[in-house]
Amino acid sequence: MQMFPLEAKQAIVRRKGKVLAGPIDLTLQGQGITIVIGPNGAGKTSLLKMLHGIARLHGGSLTWACTTAEAQKRQGFVFQAPVMMRRSVVENIAYPLRLIGVSKAEARLRAQDWAGQVGLAHVVKLQATLLSGGERQKLALARALIRDPAVLFLDEPCASLDGRATREIEEILIRAAANGTRLIMSTHNMGQAQRLADEVIFVLHGKIQEFSPAESFFAGPETKQGRAFLRGDIVE
Amino acid sequence: MKRTLIGVFAAVTLATSSLAEEMKLAVTTSFHNSGLSDILLPAIKDDLGLDVQLLVVGTGQALRLGEAGDVDAILVHSKNAEQAFLAGGNGTHRREIMYNDFVLIGPKGDAAGIGAASDVTVALQKIAEAEAAFVSRGDDSGTHKKELGLWASADLNVEEFGGWYNSVGAGMGAALNTASGMNAYIMADRASWLNFGNKQDLSLLFAGDPVLFNQYAYIPVNPEKHPHVKNILAEMLEAWLVSDRAKTLIDGYQINAETLFVFNASQK
Amino acid sequence: MSDLWGGLTQAFWLLATLDADLVEISLRSLQVTLTALLVASVLALPFAAFLVVRRFRMRRMTIAVLNALMGLPPVVVGLVVYVFLSRSGPFGVFGLLFTPSAMIIAQVIIIVPLIASIAHQSLRELWSDYHDLLISLNTTQFQRIQALLWDGRRALLTAALAGFGRAIGEVGAIMIVGGNIDHATRVLTTAIALETGKGDFALALALGFVLIALAVSVNLLIHRLSHTESEGRW
Repeated sequence: MQMFPLEAKQAIVRRKGKVLAGPIDLTLQGQGITIVIGPNGAGKTSLLKMLHGIARLHGGSLTWACTTAEAQKRQGFVFQAPVMMRRSVVENIAYPLRLIGVSKAEARLRAQDWAGQVGLAHVVKLQATLLSGGERQKLALARALIRDPAVLFLDEPCASLDGRATREIEEILIRAAANGTRLIMSTHNMGQAQRLADEVIFVLHGKIQEFSPAESFFAGPETKQGRAFLRGDIVE
Repeated sequence: MKRTLIGVFAAVTLATSSLAEEMKLAVTTSFHNSGLSDILLPAIKDDLGLDVQLLVVGTGQALRLGEAGDVDAILVHSKNAEQAFLAGGNGTHRREIMYNDFVLIGPKGDAAGIGAASDVTVALQKIAEAEAAFVSRGDDSGTHKKELGLWASADLNVEEFGGWYNSVGAGMGAALNTASGMNAYIMADRASWLNFGNKQDLSLLFAGDPVLFNQYAYIPVNPEKHPHVKNILAEMLEAWLVSDRAKTLIDGYQINAETLFVFNASQK
Repeated sequence: MSDLWGGLTQAFWLLATLDADLVEISLRSLQVTLTALLVASVLALPFAAFLVVRRFRMRRMTIAVLNALMGLPPVVVGLVVYVFLSRSGPFGVFGLLFTPSAMIIAQVIIIVPLIASIAHQSLRELWSDYHDLLISLNTTQFQRIQALLWDGRRALLTAALAGFGRAIGEVGAIMIVGGNIDHATRVLTTAIALETGKGDFALALALGFVLIALAVSVNLLIHRLSHTESEGRW
């Protein structure tokens, strides 16, 4: 079933009266990697949560091409600080499969496979809470990908990682995208954005300032703030 | 480990669901503390195959248990209360079984000088005059009612007593404990006193006045009011309690070579 | 002081000879309290998890009431259960008064608020951790409760232990609804009350030592079973 295009119309997310993101008007198609950039506090996380459907809309609408119920089953989200369940690594990765009724044995098998793919094979039995930052991100990625989602949202997945871990994660993401998974990801790292992006969303003050294909954005952003941000200036 | 635990649980559960007949009898703390039940119950089990489950409470609560139908029969020692119980249709009839006597206990020094009293009325008056510490059951039991009756016949009004009169609201053993701790006077049934383990400085000071005799009676709960009570078993127990076998056991029960109860049931 | 020594000597003697009465009373104490613990946990733990994941209008009030119920005086619970189970009461027809079942019922009522309250507090912390993930994974309420109960099982064990501690030492309620009947409803606490009342302190102390030993060893056993110390991680 076709999920895209995803359309947000005047969508607003609020908390305690303050608008975190919105009004957002956005149409996303089903191909490639979309990178969301912007200064801290711009509303990147809120935008991602809005599109994923875990932030309650206080106005406007968000529609997929398929039903909401269908859409909910086929997405994944990797949080900025991934949640480690109080279980072993393999049990963490297997958990989404157990939720949809996959048998314990099979889920475990597939989880072990994925653990290998993300480079966690040596710690499968370890309590997930004992993992390092980079290892946690890899676990979260494996856990998000194990159900083969159509769309994967990632909120600054390499924020506190060293160069090596960053490279390993990017490799996994590129592989996933090549396999057809739609990636929508926020990042701080302009280099990473340039490496991965097919299209760019520049967010400022909770609204989308620019939305354009990667080459044209990085060649020269349309807006003044976009240019300032790319230069490395502080954008308020 | 788990299997051992399960086995233990099974053993306990099965043990408590034995096939013997059982009935519930409410008895007074005075009767229980005498130790007589420890003699009678096994004999009843042997002779009748009957498990008598004793609820040891004050006379007041025993009567209420009978009224509510929570027990099958009661054994108490307060004739007025028993007759009121029967008048209310709560029991079938009243059968006298045995009697013991009450005694006055107090500190060895006997500051109130009741040891030399001619009868119990005089003894109580001396205690009141001396305002010596006195412990009362205060729990609406047969013993308590007896005590109140004695104060009344000595022309003394319990309501007007000062702090020397301590009403504890407890069973015989607990009240004796308190008296022992306070070194106070107390009226107790002889059997409970003899069986009491914490005498400290107390001793038996006055006894023998016929007024102090204490009649125990057995009353089956009325099956017309409470159809579920085990009336047949209650009658069976009654028949045993007035039998020669019971007579031998009751008359023969002694503590420190002293007989406590006197069997006085009449054959109907 | 001599009472204390007398108690110790008599206690060791009773234990060494595995005195039949002592064993029977101890087993019954364990039977009643462990059964009550099981029933109470089955009621309280899922309820605590439910309170955490499900938002409904009276939720704050329910939690406040639950915490307040921890202060329910056990003897009053005993009184109320007695009135309900008495033959002249609404549930009298079941004939449960003065049986171990009545004691179990009273103890369940006493410890459910305690277990639920403690469990709720720890599960709430766990939920604040898991919240985003479980919602993102599109879990049902039931699945969320399952995850919390399983991953939080160590903390739930603590809650159950607290319930056990409260129940094994309880005497007022079970005295009232059980009647302390010899060979039927007499347990360690009621037997101690009885012997003390008779002035037989040595025997009461002996029973007291057994009770302490029992409570402590069950605690140690549960701790071992949950490998808390060896795994070193909660």
